[in-house]
Amino acid sequence: MIALEKHVVVIYPHPDDEAFGASGTITQFRQEGVPVTYLCGTLGEMGRNMGNPTFANRETLSDFRRKELIDACNVMDVELRMLGYRDKTLEFESRDEIAKHLKNILEEIEPSLVITHYPGHAVHPDHNAMGAAAIEAVKQMDPDKRPKVWAQAISHDHVKLFGEPDVINNVKPVFDQKMKTIMAHRSQAQGVLGSMNGSAEAAADLEEVAKERLGYESFYTWNFD
Amino acid sequence: MEPIHIEEVQKQLDRLANKEVYVHLETTNGAYASHFNENAYNVGAFIRNAKVNYLHGKIVGDNGTYRVGLKLDNGWVYAEGVNQWELDEQDRLLMAGHDREGRLMVALEISEQPFKN
Repeated sequence: MIALEKHVVVIYPHPDDEAFGASGTITQFRQEGVPVTYLCGTLGEMGRNMGNPTFANRETLSDFRRKELIDACNVMDVELRMLGYRDKTLEFESRDEIAKHLKNILEEIEPSLVITHYPGHAVHPDHNAMGAAAIEAVKQMDPDKRPKVWAQAISHDHVKLFGEPDVINNVKPVFDQKMKTIMAHRSQAQGVLGSMNGSAEAAADLEEVAKERLGYESFYTWNFD
Repeated sequence: MEPIHIEEVQKQLDRLANKEVYVHLETTNGAYASHFNENAYNVGAFIRNAKVNYLHGKIVGDNGTYRVGLKLDNGWVYAEGVNQWELDEQDRLLMAGHDREGRLMVALEISEQPFKN
């Protein structure tokens, strides 16, 4: 599934989007020696999960999430760049300015593949805005130098509308690494995965459930024509 | 944060009254509410660094859930569902309401210095 790429750039708005959405695929690329850079849009400042039991508050959450993001990127062994936008506000920023920002970075890195959210089909407004800006950035690049784009849809109706995604990665063989990446986001993982840290038996079951839900990572190759 | 101690919070509300303060007020049910439940609505609002000067503030409630109101010259600031609080190392009064899973539902914070944008 993983064709040899020159460099992969992942563009998502929140610390943990990469963990749940693409850390298996990222791990597979890293195992092949492909460099990966994560451009993370915000620090998830407005997240609802404060750890369970809570250990963060609205004012300390961004510091925790910055550390968690760095830890997750260390687990995945990828380069990290934080773009400095604020959680929940991406759709109100100038799309052109974000696109220009991203285009400058892409022209510097010259990736062969960009992974981002599918605009309009990624549920969270920040996902849709970041995905739209990322695709706009690639569109504005010289067609000869354009990377491929894999766009990730999360909406319930995307298969009905577009058919099955053309890229479906089975990441179960690297699922331990994916779980480690998810768990690096300590303030968020508990909320999303519930009582993973319960009894060993329950944890094993939940890991199986997580594997079924998160064991495949799928993307649509964006068509620029 | 700690469970609300009504007398302690009231003391802080009194301390911060009648001076220029910055307010962060927020409520949310998350960006995924209607994704996980088609009958739910996504609602939320926040205002960060609203500069106000309140005449008096009051915390009211019981059984672990509280309301806070700040009476302004020509208006009000109001939050319902607050259940935890903390005075942080910058002497900011942080109040929030969390659900059973520890997710933030409402926050009201008052500071003499602007909050980090």
